[in-house]
Amino acid sequence: MAVATAERVLTGQHFMNGDTACAEGALAAGCSFFAGYPITPSTEIAERLARRLPEIGGCYVQMEDELGSMAAVLGASWAGAKAMSATSGPGFTLMMENIGLGVMTETPCVVVDVQRGGPSTGLPTLVSQADVMQAKWGSHGDFEPIAYSPSSPQEMFDLTIKAFNAAERFRTPVFVLADEVVGHMTERVTIPAPGEIETVDRKRPSKPPNDGWLPYAAGRDLVPAMPRAGDGYNIHVTGLTHDERGYPTNDAQVHDKLVRRLSRKVLARSSEICEFEKLYTDDADIVVIAYGATARAARQAVLAARERGIRAGMFRMITLWPFPRGVVKELTNTVKRFVVAEMNLGQVAREVERYTRRPVSWVTHAGGAMFAPEPVLRSIMETAS
Amino acid sequence: MSGEIVVEAHPLDGLLRADRLPHIWCPGCGLGSTMACLANAMVDSPVPINQHVVVSGIGCSGRVAGYLKVDSFHTTHGRAIPFATGMKLANPDLHVTVFSGDGDLFAIGGNHFIHAARRNIDLNVICVNNFNYGMTGGQAGPTTPTGARSTTTPQGNAEPAFNLPHLAASLGAVFVARWTSLHVRQLEVAMRRAMEKEGFTFIEVLSPCPVGFGKSNDIGEGLDEMWMYRKNCEIDPGVDLSRAGIDMKHESTIALGNFVDIERPVFRPAGGER
Repeated sequence: MAVATAERVLTGQHFMNGDTACAEGALAAGCSFFAGYPITPSTEIAERLARRLPEIGGCYVQMEDELGSMAAVLGASWAGAKAMSATSGPGFTLMMENIGLGVMTETPCVVVDVQRGGPSTGLPTLVSQADVMQAKWGSHGDFEPIAYSPSSPQEMFDLTIKAFNAAERFRTPVFVLADEVVGHMTERVTIPAPGEIETVDRKRPSKPPNDGWLPYAAGRDLVPAMPRAGDGYNIHVTGLTHDERGYPTNDAQVHDKLVRRLSRKVLARSSEICEFEKLYTDDADIVVIAYGATARAARQAVLAARERGIRAGMFRMITLWPFPRGVVKELTNTVKRFVVAEMNLGQVAREVERYTRRPVSWVTHAGGAMFAPEPVLRSIMETAS
Repeated sequence: MSGEIVVEAHPLDGLLRADRLPHIWCPGCGLGSTMACLANAMVDSPVPINQHVVVSGIGCSGRVAGYLKVDSFHTTHGRAIPFATGMKLANPDLHVTVFSGDGDLFAIGGNHFIHAARRNIDLNVICVNNFNYGMTGGQAGPTTPTGARSTTTPQGNAEPAFNLPHLAASLGAVFVARWTSLHVRQLEVAMRRAMEKEGFTFIEVLSPCPVGFGKSNDIGEGLDEMWMYRKNCEIDPGVDLSRAGIDMKHESTIALGNFVDIERPVFRPAGGER
């Protein structure tokens, strides 16, 4: 590998934009490989890593498209690297093919989607949050994704580290569903000392290669150990349905068992994965649910409502997937109404409705401009009266 | 049972996943002999066998990765080359061979082929060209000769076909060869040479697909196509590659040989020596 000529972790206080903070978070998490294709509004992540990865002995490669980028990320991960890509909606669409391969072959990696307005080319330079359901259902077949939703440049740093840790722990592609506002916003970012940053490395086989080893046999945590190409295990890795040897099969029972394990390894740990912030929810009659950039407006609206004597609170989702159904059900016991504010036409609002009997008010916009607090406040006041 | 020959062992047993045999390929297919050439070349290469990796895409040829007892990756349709690119760049000590078919590498994966060759990524790409999509039942693809019949060109293929060595050479591949599944000695030598080379190498291997292509195009069974190779192939390393396209007609010659063997700077990611 190349000789490192710079620090991997830039410990200290920075005034940094969200995309740059994301790139630094990846490095702090141990990322040593990036493959991508330029696309607004995520390009600053690639640009930062094109400069920084060679400095620390890693590898940046610009591929011919997002199909190839995602494939290269998986190949690098099997070579032993912590690997990532960054993109926006149109590129996320192309990556779905090999995100599915990553799920099926249990390949740890991180994909950052800095969301912009869609469908199609949509609003290349302007914000939206309309890829939430694409992250859940975009690649065919059943699987349970993990997705983080940063609300600030600091969280672009922090949650990118957590995304790598979750990818390594659960052996699956993990998403950072950022948005254009947070990606392009510049704020203070605090980068801790390397020793204060928790990082996770994938579980490796505990025994040397032998003929009886089953590469896809999982223990109680449902996550098999992962060797690297070249370690001597003679693994076969395929996107076809495979048995514990890794060999393709058409057996319906094996298929059901495999797909259920892939889902259960995430869902069984969803309470450990799910992260959220609660603001004034203890005595709240009305709880606003928001995430990403929109949560910044929602917070202002909740504070303004409190000043008016309305018992409003906020539930900010830091992870979008797995969906925090338990928290929504719990809030249902004390809350009279929910307000869901998001820059799409109700993708999370519909999901909230699945887990509560309380009325859910939708404050939605398809994107193109940052949410103002006022529409959220109006909705709180309408539902309060 | 008298006269039965019982074979207890095969020199390549150590390189095959015996528990996966028999393979899925049809009688008369050239994939088995081509895979044996690759296995022999890997054994003979100076690279330790544990450092060899085989990456395949989708299709009959894509199944080769699953039969070879090395670290082997059966990826998505058309994406074997970018997957292999990521693997090679992340660990340059690995020796990565991409083994796939003409539809996988040149239709759905064509863009990746041209860019990996342009970059001169240190990969060996082996394409088994059987002139059709075999696994899905004999549809036309980018190497199907003009006029050839397939299940999707019942009136004859209206499109011109790729001339693969000409394409690879034009992109700067450092080693370009064409052989057939009949020419196993020459093919194995070419594979060993490709493994010695640093940079992007390409070998086209013509192979019978009697079920998908031969029977519907007046060629016949696998053995008949092998006779056709024997009759029509001319070993001509100096051939003008622009005139080395294949039409698979009974009177036409097929140029074979190691056409290109050059040096060109290999792709190194930024940051110096890796």
